[in-house]
Amino acid sequence: MNTKLQNKIAITIIKAIAIMVVIILAFLIGRILLQGLPHISWHFLTSPSRAFTAGGGIGPQLFNSLYLLLLTLIISFPISLGAGIYLSEYAPKNGITTVIRMAIEVLSSLPSVVVGLFGFLLFVVQFKLGYSILSGAIALTFFNLPLLTRNIEESINSVSNLQREAGLALGMSKWRTVNKIILPEALPGIVTGIVLSAGRVFGEAAALIYTAGQSATNVNFSNWNPFSSTSPLNLMRPAETLAVHIWKINSEGIMPDATAVSAGASAVLIIAVLVFNLMARFLGNYLYKKMTSAETK
Amino acid sequence: MKKKIRTILLTLSAVLFLSACSSTNKNKQITIVGSTALQPIVEVAAEEYQTTNAKISITVQGGGSGTGLSQVQTGAVTIGNSDIFANQQSGIKAKKLVDHKVAVVGIGPIVNKKTGVKNLSLKQLQGIFTGKYTNWKQLGGKNQEIIVINRAQGSGTRATFEQHVLQGKNAINTQEQDSSGTVEKMVASTPGAISYVAFSYFKKDVTALKVDNIKPTDKNVTTNTWKIWAYEHMYTKGKPDKQTQKFLDYMLSATVQNKLIKKLGYISIHDMKVTTTKEKAE
Amino acid sequence: MMDKIKEKIQNNSRETRQELRGRILTYCAIGLILIVVISIFLFVALKGIATFTQDKASLKTFFTGTNWNPGILGSDGKPLVGALPMIAGSFGVTILAAIIATPFAIGTALYMTEIAGKKGRNVLQSVIELLVGIPSVVYGFIGLTVVVPFVRDHFGGSGYGILAGSFILFVMILPTVTSMTVDALKAVPKHYKSASLALGATQWQTIYKVLLKAAIPGILTAIIFGMARAFGEALAVQMVIGNASLLPTSLLTPASTLTSVLTMGIGNTVMGTTANNALWSLALILLLMSLIFNILVRWIVKKGRM
Repeated sequence: MNTKLQNKIAITIIKAIAIMVVIILAFLIGRILLQGLPHISWHFLTSPSRAFTAGGGIGPQLFNSLYLLLLTLIISFPISLGAGIYLSEYAPKNGITTVIRMAIEVLSSLPSVVVGLFGFLLFVVQFKLGYSILSGAIALTFFNLPLLTRNIEESINSVSNLQREAGLALGMSKWRTVNKIILPEALPGIVTGIVLSAGRVFGEAAALIYTAGQSATNVNFSNWNPFSSTSPLNLMRPAETLAVHIWKINSEGIMPDATAVSAGASAVLIIAVLVFNLMARFLGNYLYKKMTSAETK
Repeated sequence: MKKKIRTILLTLSAVLFLSACSSTNKNKQITIVGSTALQPIVEVAAEEYQTTNAKISITVQGGGSGTGLSQVQTGAVTIGNSDIFANQQSGIKAKKLVDHKVAVVGIGPIVNKKTGVKNLSLKQLQGIFTGKYTNWKQLGGKNQEIIVINRAQGSGTRATFEQHVLQGKNAINTQEQDSSGTVEKMVASTPGAISYVAFSYFKKDVTALKVDNIKPTDKNVTTNTWKIWAYEHMYTKGKPDKQTQKFLDYMLSATVQNKLIKKLGYISIHDMKVTTTKEKAE
Repeated sequence: MMDKIKEKIQNNSRETRQELRGRILTYCAIGLILIVVISIFLFVALKGIATFTQDKASLKTFFTGTNWNPGILGSDGKPLVGALPMIAGSFGVTILAAIIATPFAIGTALYMTEIAGKKGRNVLQSVIELLVGIPSVVYGFIGLTVVVPFVRDHFGGSGYGILAGSFILFVMILPTVTSMTVDALKAVPKHYKSASLALGATQWQTIYKVLLKAAIPGILTAIIFGMARAFGEALAVQMVIGNASLLPTSLLTPASTLTSVLTMGIGNTVMGTTANNALWSLALILLLMSLIFNILVRWIVKKGRM
């Protein structure tokens, strides 16, 4: 009886643990959504926030979050693509590569407060970029680089070696093989990685408080000239993101509906992350199908 | 794909360069950094000011009084907001900075609703924060342990409170919290908790204490009957230039002082019937 | 005729030139990352060391002292920079959170890889990914409204303290540790499992004696990664730990962590003063700790391979 009973008990315990975790997670997400969803309306999503009267929205903050995310990806993607290709294709197996890998790992486990303060003193104060979207995007790039690099390296590594050999046998250079054969094959994995890292960047607050700032200036959404200081596209304007906004109204907010706004904003954040995840899965599958069918043609 | 990335990068750097240039020479830039308490007032005032003065661009940020003072001292920002006098902050050469007092903030102790205490003498309040009293029973309340929530070291609210209540004695080493909103929530939800916040954070779920039977009201502050209050300062390095002075004047104008400042729970500088320099005797 | 061929052979071909260009591009990218890491390190180190070189605080006081009041000089004329309470607090919450999270993460990972069907796995996977995106501020406020009262009612004290902090961190690191454990379990070769089952071992015996044993380096790596995240977390912990720079005497008394003191103090101090430098020293410790965590992970992975 012993082993069988033991087996049964053990499996039940594992199931119980899994159920408990699901309950904890469901409780968390459910609580945030239940408290927040009633406050979400078109008005809430588009109108500007108010400092001390009720009825403010999160329009500029939502835009800032998305814009900042886009900028961060534009800066960090080329760098991590290069780094990822280097690590998987060119890096020799020696001490220097180990140090490089370690540096990247350290960067990924760096406390976000430290990154924020570093960004503050270097970019905001020293380089005189001020509290701006640009400073924020650079600070966020620090977070994104290690995640993306590791992801791209893994995606490239997972491409079969036969493909590499085929490319090299055709007399193509290694670089061209990587560009024309390996990268398209690894693309679905890379896209999934990008979108998933976007979720983490979206929720980051501590690094942005001191870099992108904690105020949303009055932007004029009909002015799309990036050089005008009231344009939403201006890189040098301070930009409070959704996560920073939640932090601010919770710690200092004096508007009468602060709890409602914070609950609504939290729910919007979660929904955005959910959308990112779904998009990652969908895009990954779609690209994979497209790439593989293109091969059979 | 690579080509696209390259073009995007090129345009981006071009945009970056141009916008960096254009933002420096086109409009007059005023950057205001510092006290999180003062931030909402200045932010709203700046917004209204810019609607009539389109040529000026004002950026308001938080970051804390310490950040505000040190940034204005190095000249990185135009105005540094502070809850405390510059000479109270260590590391600041106060003589180089010019003080512009724009509002008055009243600060009062708050306790959890269930403590059963509504009034304390100044001595009792001092006793709580120096650790002499540990149970509300000793002060005529319920049998409930006193949980002191202090404010962050170096924060303006704490400096003001300690100056008037502790009068040179050292506070016990206890819980600390930085932001007023969080402190208010903690006091509301923790039995036996006591802390202190600006009047604007007095909410229904906490009890605002009377001290020596004096109510913490704006009126009592203006006559200095309620002693725990402080100025909100906007510091400039040396004499402000013309544009900055104009904005500072606007901060003192009737529109801001009578409407905005009162709405946010602060007290207009013009209502004060007493003046004090309150500079700490060190 | 000969010259042309000679020339063609002796000169670099187009492919070679392309290769060179590609190499340079990737080297630049990796170089940039290295520069970033090195500059952060140098920067924080320079600022952090100033406490000891410029302000003459003693290193011994920093690691063993319990009186944290860097703005004030102690009786020996040196600033009071006893960081032991914060260091102890940081380690306390991190280790406790890891202890709570480990069984949950392993259980969930086993369920996902060994027991659940494809659908169950997918649902769990997406929920876990979703949790990674919740901002720490939101965790903090759930901590303030749910965890702190829970601890107060069921364990005693004011509710603020290491226990509450650990609970919050447990939930925050659970997704990371779980998904990395799943990867570690998946990396165990299939034939290990088949062999064990073929020998007549039950599912549990296979899991316990074969799968978990083979995956131990991976699981340890996952836990240490989780700990590194917990160690550096700031906003959420700050709200529930109480922030008292006292040496924690129990799990229920208010304590503080390196990050909580750092975030709270940095806005209220002036750059260049002792108080500000002392905060950077705390940041330096955080940085060194994340380095140590990484070295540990490397060491474990290396040991596991042998």
